[in-house]
Amino acid sequence: MEGECRASQARSWGLPAGGAGGDSPGGDAPLPGSISSSSLLQAEVLDLDEDEDDLEVFSKDASLMDMNSFSPLMPTSPLSMINQVKFEDEPDLKDLFITVDEPESHVTTIETFITYRIITKTSRGEFDSSEFEVRRRYQDFLWLKEKLEEAHPTLIIPPLPEKFIVKGMVERFNDDFIETRRKALHKFLNRIADHPTLTFNEDFKIFLTAQALEFSSHKKQGPGLLSRMGQSVRAVALSMRGVKSRPEEFMEMNNFIEIFSQKINLIDKISQRIYKEEREYLDEMKEYGPIHILWSASEEDLADTLKSVASCIDKCCKATEKRMSGFSEALLPVVHEYVLYSEMLMAVMKRRDQIQAELDSKVEALTSKKADTDLLTEEIGKLEDKVECANNALKADWERWKQNMQNDIKSAFTNMAEENILYYEQCLATWESFLTSQTDLHLEEASEDKL
Amino acid sequence: MFLASMTENNFSLKKIEISVSEAEKRTGRNAMNMQETYTAYLIETRSVEHNDGQSVLTDSLWRRYSEFELLRNYLLVYYPHIVVPPLPEKRAEFVWHKLSADNMDPDFVERRRIGLENFLLRVASHPILCRDKIFYLFLTQEGNWKETVNETGFQLKADSRLKALNATFRVKNPDKRFIELKHYSDELQSVISHLLRVRARVADRLYGVYKVHGNYGRVFSEWSAIEKEMGDGLQSAGHHMDVYASSIDDILEDEEHYADQLKEYLFYAEALRAVCRKHELMQYDLEMAAQDLASKKQQCEELATGTVRTFSLKGMTTKLFGQETPEQREARIKMLEEQIKEGEQQLKSKNLEGREFVRNAWADIERFKEQKNHDLKEALISYAVMQISMCKKGIQVWTNAKECFSKM
Repeated sequence: MEGECRASQARSWGLPAGGAGGDSPGGDAPLPGSISSSSLLQAEVLDLDEDEDDLEVFSKDASLMDMNSFSPLMPTSPLSMINQVKFEDEPDLKDLFITVDEPESHVTTIETFITYRIITKTSRGEFDSSEFEVRRRYQDFLWLKEKLEEAHPTLIIPPLPEKFIVKGMVERFNDDFIETRRKALHKFLNRIADHPTLTFNEDFKIFLTAQALEFSSHKKQGPGLLSRMGQSVRAVALSMRGVKSRPEEFMEMNNFIEIFSQKINLIDKISQRIYKEEREYLDEMKEYGPIHILWSASEEDLADTLKSVASCIDKCCKATEKRMSGFSEALLPVVHEYVLYSEMLMAVMKRRDQIQAELDSKVEALTSKKADTDLLTEEIGKLEDKVECANNALKADWERWKQNMQNDIKSAFTNMAEENILYYEQCLATWESFLTSQTDLHLEEASEDKL
Repeated sequence: MFLASMTENNFSLKKIEISVSEAEKRTGRNAMNMQETYTAYLIETRSVEHNDGQSVLTDSLWRRYSEFELLRNYLLVYYPHIVVPPLPEKRAEFVWHKLSADNMDPDFVERRRIGLENFLLRVASHPILCRDKIFYLFLTQEGNWKETVNETGFQLKADSRLKALNATFRVKNPDKRFIELKHYSDELQSVISHLLRVRARVADRLYGVYKVHGNYGRVFSEWSAIEKEMGDGLQSAGHHMDVYASSIDDILEDEEHYADQLKEYLFYAEALRAVCRKHELMQYDLEMAAQDLASKKQQCEELATGTVRTFSLKGMTTKLFGQETPEQREARIKMLEEQIKEGEQQLKSKNLEGREFVRNAWADIERFKEQKNHDLKEALISYAVMQISMCKKGIQVWTNAKECFSKM
């Protein structure tokens, strides 16, 4: 994939099409994208689009970042490409380990917030050391996510846990909320680390390693708020256009995403509801057992049997608690993450559509001969590359994402089934031993009567 | 289960089987000539031939709940020393949301049918109650039975509630065992009600847990449509979720029978209290009679000796209006002596009655205690059996589901 991108890039720089692409693993088969971009090159160039300055994010340099995120200024080299491909082929060769823990509350005159400790252990050469420890707050994670989205608009960036939870939140900082968030943040960073492209992102590295002052000064760089606002207005306009000319495979993808999003949201709701019902069941069961003990106080012959029943119910309660905690650790966070992922996917589709729409609007401008033909043609060439890169990046990442999703869902639900089996097995053993003890007593009593 | 041991019994030297085999909705006119709907139950009696064990249908008639009530009220009056078996509840109580509180609901009617059969079997297997003529007629005489019962005049013989309440408060020396029994029956009633209430809530919650899983089935099925590799696994796992969700209906229906067994003993507590009340009434009566006798004796003594130790109206009026003549005095003494003789006899017989009541009642209470211990133990064991069955079903469903998930 990267090979093809590089080849078309070379084309836009004026190099022969087949030349530089020879030693790339992508093969020489022409992509559908490349056919259309070459036909576009024939068209006349028109006036420059005056808003182009806003699109610095989508410049040729940015498209470099799609493949190799070391730094915006470094030119692509075949070596770095090969390194990357190697990484994809051997996903188990993990050389970056990240943990998120130790939430701490910080109180200032203006606000209260929580920071999390992030420990990174790595053997990578580009890191100055092999171990790093930093503290980051939720805002910083948001910043990182936005930077990643800027740099890789059509890659599937892992989702962040929500900013707030609307329902049932009494205070922002209760323990369960913090723990759930911590786990999700841990997942977030690890998913980035596992991603073949994102793992080499410079902002990611800085996020993991920079101490407080260095980090806050780094954050202040980059496109300002105004330009970002201007971008989003334009982006909305563009994305509306992009939908119409969406290629077939992306239509399919979009269709999948829509339905997947619906279903995963439903599953999230159902799972939360199951947890709630189980909690209420547990509460009632906790009251149920002790009544038998109360009863045993006024009985003689029945006292032992009643106490046994109470103890069985108590054991089943413990088994229920275990099942619930397994459920809330294995299934609920996974399902919820994919709910957030589905939102992320829709945003990615939009961004892809935007990029496409940019190209289409330039092409339109060309055909209506409104502006300088030569300049437009050059721009269109760049945009075609950009579209091709974006599409290819998304396609590859999409396959990877689907594979991961399948594995995650499969293991989450298999886990849930296992927890349930374990629960029922435990309860079964409890009641069976009660039964044996009672029938043994029966036999004892019967033989006593006979004497 | 405990019912199995009571299908056969001795009855007027004949072995019989009783069953309440059907329930039917009827419409008729009530006492105020207004139309009403009620349920009638078919009672079939079979006599069992010794030789071949075959049973022959001897009697079959329809009765409604109010007639059962009449029978029981009669038994309560004529056998106050017996712990009379209770009827199943008149209205559905301790319901959880899915169960209907409607008396016409078919599930309720079915459970009541079983309860009424149980009642008849209990009466028929009681060594004393089974010989009662009215009970025999209840099983055999369809028409006119109501009139026959009412002709016994049992309603008149019934102790007034007010009298009983009065006695309970004022009795000085009831048998200690009855005090303990009353205390026990209060505790039994309170603890079983509590148990039944919480059990109903547990059932409700369990129902919720199972049923929500059913939603997985629907969504998995819809999701499987867009998945290529995962599709089959999702679809079949979804099917198992549906199976899981629907399994709760049978499970909870079985539990209702367990609840009914507990309910019977909840109502038995009231029957125990009735026996205690009768004892208190008799004891109070005895105490009052003894007190009356003692005061008469004292009056007699005072008249005879001329000393007035206690205040009496006669003494007062005598003081105010003058002494009575010796003849008058003699007459009074004679009357009192007669009354005292009568009173002593009455006291003797009351004492005898009281002791006999205590003896008979206590014998039945011992019998009842054994029955209760046996039945409740069986019920608790059957509860465990139900839980085991539920767990086994759960293991099976989730094992199947796990297999589907792992194939995704």
